[in-house]
Amino acid sequence: MRPPGQTAVGFSLPRVDGVAKVTGRARYVDDITVAGMMHGATVRSDVGHGILRAIHRDPAFDWTGVTVATAADIPGQNVIALIEPDQPALVAIGNTIRHPDEAVALVCAPTRARALAAAAHVRLEIEPLPLVLSVEASLHLKQVLHGDDNIFARFEVKKGAGTSAAGIDAALAAADIVIEGTYETGAQEQMYIEPQGMIAIPGDGGIHIIGSLQCPYYVHKAMVALLGLPGDKVVIQQSVTGGGFGGKEEYPSMIAAHAAILSLAAGAPVKLIYDRDEDIGATTKRHPATIHHRMGLLRDGTIVAQDVDVIIDGGAYVTLSPVVLSRAVLHAAGPYRCKDVRIVGRAVATNAPPHGAFRGFGAPQTTFAYERQIQKAARAVGMDPVAFRKKNMLRPGDDTATGQVLTESVGSEDVMAAAEKASATPLAPSDDQVRRGRGVAFYFHGAGFTGSGEQRLAGRAQVALTAGGDFEVRSSSTDIGQGTLTIFTQIAAAGLGVEVSCVRVPEPRTDDVPDSGPTVASRTCMVVGGLVDRASRKLRGRIEAWAREHGHGDAPFIAAARAMAAAEGEVTADAQYAPPPGIEWDDKTYTGAAYPVFGWAACVVDVAVDVDTYEVTIERCVHAVDVGKAIHPIIVKGQIEGGTLQALGWGTLENVVYRDGRVANRRMTDCIVPTFADAPEIETILIEKPFSFGPHGAKGVGEIPMDGPAAAVANAIEDALGVAIDEIPAIPERIAIAARGLSFSTEGPHTP
Amino acid sequence: MTIEFRLNGRAATVTASPWRRLLDVLREDLGFTGTKEGCGEGECGACTVLIDGEAVNSCLVAAGQVSGREVTTIEGLGGDALHAVQDALVRFGGTQCGICTPGIALTAARILAREPDADRARIRELCAGNICRCTGYQLIVDAIIDAAGHIKSEEP
Repeated sequence: MRPPGQTAVGFSLPRVDGVAKVTGRARYVDDITVAGMMHGATVRSDVGHGILRAIHRDPAFDWTGVTVATAADIPGQNVIALIEPDQPALVAIGNTIRHPDEAVALVCAPTRARALAAAAHVRLEIEPLPLVLSVEASLHLKQVLHGDDNIFARFEVKKGAGTSAAGIDAALAAADIVIEGTYETGAQEQMYIEPQGMIAIPGDGGIHIIGSLQCPYYVHKAMVALLGLPGDKVVIQQSVTGGGFGGKEEYPSMIAAHAAILSLAAGAPVKLIYDRDEDIGATTKRHPATIHHRMGLLRDGTIVAQDVDVIIDGGAYVTLSPVVLSRAVLHAAGPYRCKDVRIVGRAVATNAPPHGAFRGFGAPQTTFAYERQIQKAARAVGMDPVAFRKKNMLRPGDDTATGQVLTESVGSEDVMAAAEKASATPLAPSDDQVRRGRGVAFYFHGAGFTGSGEQRLAGRAQVALTAGGDFEVRSSSTDIGQGTLTIFTQIAAAGLGVEVSCVRVPEPRTDDVPDSGPTVASRTCMVVGGLVDRASRKLRGRIEAWAREHGHGDAPFIAAARAMAAAEGEVTADAQYAPPPGIEWDDKTYTGAAYPVFGWAACVVDVAVDVDTYEVTIERCVHAVDVGKAIHPIIVKGQIEGGTLQALGWGTLENVVYRDGRVANRRMTDCIVPTFADAPEIETILIEKPFSFGPHGAKGVGEIPMDGPAAAVANAIEDALGVAIDEIPAIPERIAIAARGLSFSTEGPHTP
Repeated sequence: MTIEFRLNGRAATVTASPWRRLLDVLREDLGFTGTKEGCGEGECGACTVLIDGEAVNSCLVAAGQVSGREVTTIEGLGGDALHAVQDALVRFGGTQCGICTPGIALTAARILAREPDADRARIRELCAGNICRCTGYQLIVDAIIDAAGHIKSEEP
């Protein structure tokens, strides 16, 4: 008889956390109360750059029952450990404040209202320094913010004549046509609907932290350094998390740090929940980017050379900027054949709050630039945009800008066939009031960590037969809405050959689960799901062997497992990452296999633009994505549609406005994201080109839907109006500038 | 002051400032944490409850205003079994991270009660006060349409 688990994969079972979520029983961090818990609040700088001279408590305020904590209360290192040890948890007196809304002091009190009132009565004395608000000012060294050049990181990709600047200039000079453009993409707020928050509970000489987060072991590492505690005295537990999109990758370590400092100072559990304005103002956003792109073509439409300069605004501290820049650079030449390529990327320090992880992680920025270039190139040689892409796109056997030869799971033909079919439907006609246009975009996204990242991390996952006879999956991969708990249930059930109802996947806590790495980089299903698959099969083999040896060889598998659990207690099987064969990456030369595999996608967008207001209505959106294998088709579709709308929002209406470096629109009223009424009907086409090293052929899908739709919509607006849209978000004011040559300041009026 | 109202079909009495937000009274005083706070200013709809059957942002309602009225939170939708909308949201993938889901379920329940024949465009218009950042809305609309069909087929 075929074991039932074999049907678990490829089937859209009701998500395992679904009923808890639709009934309101799921417990998010703000739903959790701990006995004796106090409420925290953060005192922040309203100055973007300056020396902290003093912290004063207003003597007129009644401080009874209020605990105030500063950098002096930190037991270990005053640093948020991540990549570089440059970001403090709290700025110490005498040290430099480097961005607006930087945390300086903390308060806690028995009620949240008292904590907020107390925070408002802490006064900071700051000696201001000149602000560096743009990457241009930073590169001109108006102020030295970092090292001696204000550059956090620099990466280069060089192929063929691109080895030198002179070489790429010569290659471009030899081309028949050169397309040149400068592209600007704005910051983007993740806008998870659950604001960030943490609870810290001190005790037993250690600390237990519960909160809304993506990466339990990132927070663990940060707390060990900050609190000077041994690893086993720090427990990080994820609560049900209301969205992340990258926004809960690194910043939760900061909130955990603050809750922990307060809880140790007060000797009581402390809950720290951000208001929406604090969350928008202080936490990370997508890096703003400026990309200068030159593309050389032959008259027949062959792309022969690309020269790309990428600058991202890192904000005030290093945080994850080098890694974001790396991915931006590695995607900057696009999924196109090209023999001569030069890409130079720099992440630059400014006095903005640090920019950080957001779905796509650098790739959406460079994708916007190259897909705008492709649109212009197709027009320059008089080719249809789909035909131009098909002529130049990477196919199996071709190599990327880093010289990675594509061998398997290359979905370019299939996604472009879907785009071609979608483009065959006639565009609705324009009229006097509304101009219509169509845009296409085609892109790829490296799944999993870049280069040798997965090998260095060597993530582990465990599948257990518990003493009670159930199966449990243990990993540090969090479910932040994207469906980890459900797909791991399916993958484990399939590997074990049992019904999905026999498998449990608890939310991770670091004292129960191994370090499988962070929940980022489109790696949860492909990489950690692969480990769950291997561990499940290993456990199944162990149970079957035991059954044969102990006279249960003829028993059903579940009965044999229960007998083994009764006799032996808990049985576990672990799996640890090992790279696919033939994957080699050279970090020094930035050549080789940048990623184990790529996802592929194409998007077709139809827009209607009002010729008086320049409002853009997205009337149609078709998105074809190669996912390798859809473990759970509905969850995959939901990932694609959610990512698509975030990308359309980034392209058209999500506009983070800074004033003197501080986020000026820090409410959902003015920092808007698409609503039900703004969103188009999205047609999702799943393409399955299996990846032999992924579980059941699956590869990463979380980020790729974010990469291309913004370019597709800009291309569609250009098609409608005949003017280039090279800066996003393409809010009506920007389109008006392009269409009518009006002047416009994104800064808005300055308040005195 | 003492505020008396009906909560999920039962009499409820709470002693609170009449100016306290209904959201806080529900979550903190009465322990009904299924009502969520996303923005605190009536933009996101995560705190949606029904007051006398109408979908309202509970962060914008002063507790005193519900005196003598009927309040329904997510805990009161559906009773022992799931409401058709809750069931459809699970089956169709209309919930991901879930933080907006209680509010959307209540808004959708109100739509189905008042306009069971609403089409996709009308559903989008009526749900526009509830923001979801995960789904792109497509599967939520699918779920509401499906739930409408189930409710109609069960009617005599």
